[in-house]
Amino acid sequence: MLQDKDRIFRNLYGFHDWRLPAARARGAWDGAKGFIENGHDWIINEVKTSGLRGRGGAGFPTGLKWSFMPKNDARPSYLVINGDESEPGSCKDREIMRHDPHLLIEGALLASFAMRAHTCFIYIRGEFIRERERLQAAVDEAYDARLIGKDNVHGWDFDIVIHHGAGAYICGEETALIESIEGKKGMPRLKPPFPANVGLYGAPTTVNNVESIAVVGDILRRGGAWFASLGKPNNTGTKLFQISGHVNNPCVVEEEMGIPLRELIDKHCGGVRGGWDNLLCAIPGGSSMPMIPAEQCNDLTMDFDALVKLKSGLGTAAVIVMDKSTDIIKAITRIAYFYKHESCGQCTPCREGTGWMFRVLDRMQRGEAELREIDLLYNVTKQVEGHTICALGDAAAWPVQGLLRNYRHVIEERIEARRAAAKEAAE
Amino acid sequence: MAVRRLYPEQPLSFAFTPENQAWAQREIAKYPAGKEASAVIALLWRAQEQEGWTTEPAIRAIADMLGMAYIRALEIATFYTMFQLAPVGKKAHVQVCGTTPCMLRGSDAIIEMCKEHIAEHPHELSKDGDLSWEEVECLGCCANAPVVQIGKDTYEDLDPELFAKILQDLEKGRPLKPGSQTGRQTSCPAGGPTTLLADPTLKAEKV
Repeated sequence: MLQDKDRIFRNLYGFHDWRLPAARARGAWDGAKGFIENGHDWIINEVKTSGLRGRGGAGFPTGLKWSFMPKNDARPSYLVINGDESEPGSCKDREIMRHDPHLLIEGALLASFAMRAHTCFIYIRGEFIRERERLQAAVDEAYDARLIGKDNVHGWDFDIVIHHGAGAYICGEETALIESIEGKKGMPRLKPPFPANVGLYGAPTTVNNVESIAVVGDILRRGGAWFASLGKPNNTGTKLFQISGHVNNPCVVEEEMGIPLRELIDKHCGGVRGGWDNLLCAIPGGSSMPMIPAEQCNDLTMDFDALVKLKSGLGTAAVIVMDKSTDIIKAITRIAYFYKHESCGQCTPCREGTGWMFRVLDRMQRGEAELREIDLLYNVTKQVEGHTICALGDAAAWPVQGLLRNYRHVIEERIEARRAAAKEAAE
Repeated sequence: MAVRRLYPEQPLSFAFTPENQAWAQREIAKYPAGKEASAVIALLWRAQEQEGWTTEPAIRAIADMLGMAYIRALEIATFYTMFQLAPVGKKAHVQVCGTTPCMLRGSDAIIEMCKEHIAEHPHELSKDGDLSWEEVECLGCCANAPVVQIGKDTYEDLDPELFAKILQDLEKGRPLKPGSQTGRQTSCPAGGPTTLLADPTLKAEKV
């Protein structure tokens, strides 16, 4: 188990003060000036050494992403921090923004400097109103202490603008987020061009998750090698895990990458409700990831590569646990409804397909379907997946595919039970 | 996607209060020259806070302030679902998260209670006009499910009894206590933390 001395978010639960003096006592902003004096490339190299992979879901190496930013460009460069946290199951960025905001602000300065950006936009989902107020207060403190702003103590002019959304999951997709900051509907852009070339206001932009940025200060303080020494090869460092659903004590906790799922649940969450044997399945990385049935959960480790091998993914490390009392069809139907609600409507396969999948599943959860519709549903998920501009279509298709792959027999039984009941009623 | 249309009965005009007008100018100034449209969500949100819901005159006035075509501002108001396009309860609009993590921990019961105690349908006002409710998609507080949002605050770790108390307090106009309703510290495991037991100010070593 990860030791407390290796935890980055030392005020994760808000037991301590979030304000600047207390954050400094916990180590925030320590040595930041020296890191900037070491230069742009030093920071990028340390982050590359750390093996940090993006914490927003896709797991792209953060240092590599930063190195895509053009070095000599007349246009301004922007860092955009994605705090649109909306993937069902995910609730980690919220804790960073309200309890450890100075780690995020410090990371924003260091990452922006590494990419030669003087302005950073932090996009917070609209529902996080208190978190936004808290983060703004922390940004104001940092301005007052001249840690950021014009002519600050670090010698790199730097502004932070806090921007908020108003209830659209799709704005967590990086190009939709950029559109939203520009004052448009959050509809994803076609790529290429990628944001590093044409991003916010047509300028080079990198979009990073809140957690990816907030860990940068500690990575530089303790060395990329320290971060790389935690976790597993290619899946390094610490991670905020969020466990919800049928566990005794749902919580957010910082743990080492690659921690076994069972250890995560037993140590921090008081176990699965009714005991480990009562586990039906777990969704390992937020609602878009296919569920892992209990029999594969026994030795499962929580990292990008292990979960991809099981045709799922770590995503945001939001674990949704379901015990044997769960109506699995209903649980996935509700996820399908979520994606239907959140589709931006731009691409036809997603706009029409998400609603179609939800309506069929809604009938299936009541047994009001034909057996042949199961294959038809699978076929439709395949027509949505990979045929849209952004990954929302995939995100909507995968949990349904997971249901059909693992619990087809449950659907069949329900359809047949209803048919039998109808026959009996007719007789 | 959700079909969202403007309310048939609209007020005749809209104007920000002087304080909100000054705030709006500061908000617009945060963005580069020529990119004033970036402030549209913030301004519409402030207008909704001022008026209680998002009205057509407000959408038009804000489009004018930002140099946007009306249709562009209208698109924003209808695309982003936090903009309430119809009047909501005078005392409170209760937003119940119904997405799977909350559903697994009993949000269906909370929704049933809203139907029984507030109004049969979402976005419908209670008889006295004081309350309204809707089911919303994931509020991002999944480790504290089930959760409702009322105004700026979330009320977490609910069960029917705890939610019944919130409804009573709302009706009686009593102040609510935001956050976990079972008394646990934010998203810390109930029963106490399993991590972060050491002094948080101990200096980390470089490796």
